Amino acid sequence: MPFNPEDMGAIWLTLKLASVVTLILLIISTPLAWWLSQTRSWIKGPITVIVALPLVLPPTVIGFYLLMLMGPNGPVGQFTQAAGIGLLPFTFWGLVVGSVCYSLPFVVQPLYNAMSAVGARPLEVAATLRAGPWERFFTVVLPLCKTGFLTAAVLGFAHTVGEFGVVLMIGGNIPQETRLVSVQIYDHVEALNYSQAHWLSATMLVFSFVVLLALYSLTAAKKSVGGQHDKD
Amino acid sequence: MTKIELDLDLPLGGSFRLVVASQLPGRGITGIFGHSGSGKTTLLRFIAGLQPCKGATLIVGGQPWQSGKQCLAPHKRSVGYVFQEASLFPHLSAKGNLDYASKRAWPGSSPLKRDIIELLGIGSLLNRYPHQLSGGERQRVAIARALLINPSILLMDEPLAALDEARKQEILPYLQTLAAHIAIPMLYVTHSVSELSRLADSVLILDKGRVKAQGDITQVSEMLGLSDPLHPFSILPAQVSEVHPHWKLVCVKSHKASLWLPDTGLAVKTKVRLIVQAKDVSLSISAHQDSSILNIVPARVDDIHSQTDGMLVKLHSEAGPLWAKISLRSAEHLQLHSGQALYAQIKSMALSQ
Repeated sequence: MPFNPEDMGAIWLTLKLASVVTLILLIISTPLAWWLSQTRSWIKGPITVIVALPLVLPPTVIGFYLLMLMGPNGPVGQFTQAAGIGLLPFTFWGLVVGSVCYSLPFVVQPLYNAMSAVGARPLEVAATLRAGPWERFFTVVLPLCKTGFLTAAVLGFAHTVGEFGVVLMIGGNIPQETRLVSVQIYDHVEALNYSQAHWLSATMLVFSFVVLLALYSLTAAKKSVGGQHDKD
Repeated sequence: MTKIELDLDLPLGGSFRLVVASQLPGRGITGIFGHSGSGKTTLLRFIAGLQPCKGATLIVGGQPWQSGKQCLAPHKRSVGYVFQEASLFPHLSAKGNLDYASKRAWPGSSPLKRDIIELLGIGSLLNRYPHQLSGGERQRVAIARALLINPSILLMDEPLAALDEARKQEILPYLQTLAAHIAIPMLYVTHSVSELSRLADSVLILDKGRVKAQGDITQVSEMLGLSDPLHPFSILPAQVSEVHPHWKLVCVKSHKASLWLPDTGLAVKTKVRLIVQAKDVSLSISAHQDSSILNIVPARVDDIHSQTDGMLVKLHSEAGPLWAKISLRSAEHLQLHSGQALYAQIKSMALSQ
């Protein structure tokens, strides 16, 4: 068995975190991406930039500010304490909050692109066929954005699995609580335990490769069908 | 009767405004005619609620769709809308597209789904997806879908414009059958005179956002015929009076004249419209009995306009009002003047039912 129980714990925790984060991201990104694709308000620009910031900022910067916000003196920290939840840093849910911020652009972007590509016409058609705004969203926008949702979910999941900096800043290194695979690898290397690091790293590499390959072949297949639509 | 009362004023882009205060008939096909940019599509979108317009009034069949501050959302207006280009939902099959409409159909007596599918000849296409259909097939499914919502008016925005000539000829007969079968009024936007003369009962002519003329198609035919001043034409209402199998010709009565046309299988008493291009009408002082031209009618010169490439002559003929386009040389040779009696030779004409 190449993985010791601590490695297995890290793998399990990583999968759990990525699943929870992906679910939360899909729930908050769907209305956000829809609003961005429909609005003409001046505030669209600044919001788009805020969503995109994690792409360019060092994860340590995000981690640092989240630590400040969620810490005992930060506004979020004071709120969570008052609400009886306690403090979020160095807990699983602290990692969830950090990962949601960190992976947000990877989910919003594909959804935004897919929703913008739907265009106004299918919605107008649905409106003339007696579909109200919610019905139009669920019967036209969602099915037409299926590939976008799949891409968003896969990218959000994979990106969360691969984070390191934010985790270290706000999660620390608590076994079974906040020690993810990426941190576990770091620990193995620190301890000159190269063969263990190798096993985990190779697993991550294969996982990422397979996931991205599956995603690309899926979107490529969709595009060739889309190409036929273009003849319309 | 689903009479449509309109009063709107809305910017069209550029310096134009679409200003229409009008009443459209509650039955039959009303053609909305004009060049591109004249506001035809905007007018249709306004009626469907897709184009907001502040302060406008729209009353359809006595119900206010927009009046004062109150304005019905598009999905609360009982319209069927056929868009210019293919607008089928790509994620649904032809049947799925039809079901989307029939599931949401307006209450009230409606034609049977089976009949609509048969009328448009799409029974064999139901399991296909939009990308597996030809342009003409897609548009037929879209028309069926617009009918299945059981609307009180049907709006068609140049449904044939994106199709090639062969596909147009494929769909036109379906539209003609449709017009004869459905009881609801239909607004048909087009810039094609041939579609208009084949389909429309009445016409609203838009020019740069203003109503230039409105009325029965024969009433506005003079205006319509001059819509392209360099290629004028006349529309003559006529009726088949005789079929001559030996000559393979039919005789139609237009106004006081009898005209001969190739037999295309029309029955006696069928009402038709003749479209005569000005360039296909020539003039002579005497009735040439020795000519191969079939149709020669007595006429009187009403008016003469000089154009850059010749003379345009307005005639009162026994077949009805006609335009003739002749060269300046011919005009001088014939010493053409207003009130002159002569003969119009009609070299060819198009017939539509």
